[in-house]
Amino acid sequence: MPSVLIVDDEPNIAVSLDFLMRQEGYAVRTVHSGEAALAALADEPADVVLLDVMLPDRDGLDICQAIRANAAWKHTRVLMVSAKGRPVDEARALALGADGYIVKPFAIRDVVARVRALM
Amino acid sequence: MLSPSVVVAASLLYLGLLFGLASLADRRADQGRSVVGRSSVYALSLAVYCTAWTFFGSVGRAATEGVSFLTIYLGPTLTLLLGASLLRKMVRISRYHRLTSIADFVASRYGKSQLLGGLVTVIAVAGTVPYIALQLKAVSGTFGVLTGSSVPSTVDLPLSSDTGFYAAVILAIFAILFGTRHLDATERHEGMVAAIAFESVVKLVAFLAVGVFVTFAMYDGVGDLFSRAAARTDLQHLFVMPSGSESYGEWAALLVLSMGAVLLLPRQFQVAVVENVDERHVLRAIWLFPLYLLLINLFVLPIALGGLLYFPEGTVDADTFVLTLPLAEGHPLLALLVFIGGLSAATGMVIVATVALATMISNDLVMPALLRVQGGSFSEQADLSRWVLRIRRGAILAVVLLGYLYFRLVADAQALVSIGLVAFAAAAQFAPVVLGGMYWKRGTWAGAVSALVGGVLVWGYTLPLPALAQASGVAEGFVTDGLFGWAALRPHALLGLDAFSPIAHGTFWSLLVNTSLYVGVSLFTRQGVLEHAQAVSFVDIDRFTDLSAPSGAAGATAGRSVWRGTALLDDLRALLGRFLGPRRANEALTTYLAAHPLDEVALDADASLTADADLVHHAEALLASAIGSASARAMIATVVSEEPVRVDEVLAILDEQQKTLAYSRTLEEKSAELQRQTERLEAARNELMVVNQALREVDRLRDEFVSTVTHELRTPLTSIRAFAEIMQSTPDLDPEQRAEFLGIVVAESERLSRLIGDVLTFQKLNRHAVPDARPLDLEAEVRETVRAVRPLFSRRGVVLDVNATVYPCHVEGDADQIRQVLYNLLANAAKHADRALGRVRVSIAELRDPSGGRPLARLDVSDNGFGIHPSDHERIFDAFEQAQHRPAGQGDAPGGTGLGLAISRRIVQAHGGELWVESDLGAGATFSFTLPLLLAQKDGTQAAVTTLGLEPAGPGHAAP
Repeated sequence: MPSVLIVDDEPNIAVSLDFLMRQEGYAVRTVHSGEAALAALADEPADVVLLDVMLPDRDGLDICQAIRANAAWKHTRVLMVSAKGRPVDEARALALGADGYIVKPFAIRDVVARVRALM
Repeated sequence: MLSPSVVVAASLLYLGLLFGLASLADRRADQGRSVVGRSSVYALSLAVYCTAWTFFGSVGRAATEGVSFLTIYLGPTLTLLLGASLLRKMVRISRYHRLTSIADFVASRYGKSQLLGGLVTVIAVAGTVPYIALQLKAVSGTFGVLTGSSVPSTVDLPLSSDTGFYAAVILAIFAILFGTRHLDATERHEGMVAAIAFESVVKLVAFLAVGVFVTFAMYDGVGDLFSRAAARTDLQHLFVMPSGSESYGEWAALLVLSMGAVLLLPRQFQVAVVENVDERHVLRAIWLFPLYLLLINLFVLPIALGGLLYFPEGTVDADTFVLTLPLAEGHPLLALLVFIGGLSAATGMVIVATVALATMISNDLVMPALLRVQGGSFSEQADLSRWVLRIRRGAILAVVLLGYLYFRLVADAQALVSIGLVAFAAAAQFAPVVLGGMYWKRGTWAGAVSALVGGVLVWGYTLPLPALAQASGVAEGFVTDGLFGWAALRPHALLGLDAFSPIAHGTFWSLLVNTSLYVGVSLFTRQGVLEHAQAVSFVDIDRFTDLSAPSGAAGATAGRSVWRGTALLDDLRALLGRFLGPRRANEALTTYLAAHPLDEVALDADASLTADADLVHHAEALLASAIGSASARAMIATVVSEEPVRVDEVLAILDEQQKTLAYSRTLEEKSAELQRQTERLEAARNELMVVNQALREVDRLRDEFVSTVTHELRTPLTSIRAFAEIMQSTPDLDPEQRAEFLGIVVAESERLSRLIGDVLTFQKLNRHAVPDARPLDLEAEVRETVRAVRPLFSRRGVVLDVNATVYPCHVEGDADQIRQVLYNLLANAAKHADRALGRVRVSIAELRDPSGGRPLARLDVSDNGFGIHPSDHERIFDAFEQAQHRPAGQGDAPGGTGLGLAISRRIVQAHGGELWVESDLGAGATFSFTLPLLLAQKDGTQAAVTTLGLEPAGPGHAAP
């Protein structure tokens, strides 16, 4: 069963993503900070990580880089989910190894389709 | 009695002797062995002051008035004793400006004014002619006494038998011989001065001789005379000074008049100033001349008393006592000596006076008139020096004859003394303009002209006019009744002032009018530039002359170069030649050129050689001594090629230079100022850079803020949209889950609204001012806010204490904003207080600034929660920042917009206070702010503890 890790410090957004991913039939874990995300991945890799950029402890892009730098997670796809919607933000995220970039507020179909495409 | 032929012969012999003496002195002067270089000669020449009036009149006055005759001699004594520096200054000025007469002096001082020169000349002539008449009267009168042919000289007497006429002619001839033998560049008459000094000796010796004779030969000394006179009751008044206002007035007037006369009478100015060769002579004259006056007056009273005792019937004129007493005692030779002495006095006066007047008349009346009327044709004549001499000779003759005419028509009616005093009063009219001119730079031409005109009109109206009217019997009525019958215009009692004798009255009014006009008009008029230059060179003469230089050398060429410089040398020489004679002109130029480094070939045929400004000025000075400063100026102007620079132009140039100097100084200051400004600019630029950077920073912050706000707005929006879409796309949603999702949507919508409101509030806040500030009571606001947040505290079971040590606590501010701060702090505290035993404490206190600043109100909100990590103490006040170090689980709780503290801090700062936090992790946090107390604050120090909300619960208390 494909697995998804949701990383977002906004509880309600995390709840909504959790609901959507479960609806799709993925195995879902949710954390609220960057460190917790890395710990969760180390615990058990995930196929897709939905990664918020503005995290309270570490920047989401930082976490993305950390994931890409770890060979153990080379199959893990990283989909950034950010309120920062400027093209430059998206370009920077892709350059740092993100597999996709979704701007908040997002359309649920869009999120579902992008995750599905990465699986 | 002596035969007329003997007297005439003796007189002519004496005059011939004088002339020989004068010639000798002139020759010696030419040889450089001057006799007038002695100070005693100078002092003796001053004694020309003692005329026939002194010689005969003093005795006459003493016989009627007693000791008061002395006043006339007290004045000059005082002048010399007190005014020596004045005389020296006068001498110095005259030498520097090459002045030839008192008219020249006045004209030069007030801008080389021909009008003033002429005016002074006219006044001087008017004042001197009667004086000359007086001398003629004395000579002819005493001649008559001596020869026993005392014929009254009346109008119908034929000229041929009038001794006065012969006396006039002879005196005129001698004056011409003495005074106008040649034109002198310095206008000094050494021979004349020597003769005058000799005459002074003769008249003194003669008078002393008769005095000794009367006192010691006729009587047994002064004591004898006085005791005899004292026995006569009718003579006793002679021994005391008369008293009463009229006498005092007279006495004061005589003193003033004689003080002025010794310097201002034309002849006195001539001998004292013009003829002075060395101003150090003045020092000796200070005591020598008063001594002379003392000696010549020593026997006046004894002779008068002797005469009065000897001729008790009063049939003999007291003026002739000096002659009649020796004659009556049978000493005709003594009488002849006395006559010669009187003749000396008279001739001395007439010669010097007429020479002085002739110079004034030719320089200040005739030459200007000729130069003006005939213009070019006259001034182009080859040798004008002959003309100048002719004019002067004519002037001497005319003055003497005028004197004779006056003598024939008027003088008989008046005593010698009163005629003399009228002349004194005329000379006194020069006093304000001369003295003012020497010591007061503000004195103007207009002031001088109006002073002289006004003074002389009053003088004429109060003194000579009534005398003439009474003597001739014409229009006598105006003397007694006033002009047009107006009593206020009575010439001896103007405006009803009748307490004075005529002479005192006339002196008082004329000098009052004169001085008032001089000062008044001067104050209200402005000087021309030349006039100002002259005024300065008169008043500050010491700046222009070298005090240490031998006096003869000083002045002549001292350089005020008034001309633009270029006159052809030949033209100058020709001009000088015309007025001085070719020989003297050449001499003068050679002397000058020898002393000045102009080209050697100057005097050769090179006609194109130009004279420099100094030489032109020198030429003007030379010319001035011949024809007066005003005329000389006009003449020089005709030969100086190109436009002569007017003095005002020169001064303008000087002024310009000064302005340029001042300007360059200003420039210097400006450049220094510029330097400073550059530095300031540099500083401003740096400041601007800093500001710019700050602005850029602000820009960056604003961008960041906008992007942050956008992010913060998107966060709740994301939840709302996501759940809305979920519910839309999942119709078969579990109702319980649907309800949960709907709750989230509602909560996130509320959060979005709050956020929007806070952002708007935050943006609106002015960092530096409170738009709606009013005095308010902080303590009351705390109570109000506590009431509002009470439910929040109750819900969380947190206890709230309010502890105010200052109430009411008056601050100034916007109540809504202050309440928002209080709400934010209290809400935060409620949220972060310990979950189990939450307790929040609010306290208000007064904070005295130890440095003496304004007292502050301080409010603390303390909670007993987790506390804040030191690294977060500042961050939490930034917009959208919240503490990163939060106890686990707290991050789950949404609700704060991240703007509350930022807004609060902004509000407090705008109110002039500070907002900060003090906290240790695990020991709670205290948010504090200060606000300036209003100064009207009453010192309410009562402590009060008010506990609101829930009472502190016991250990078993649990949050709901």
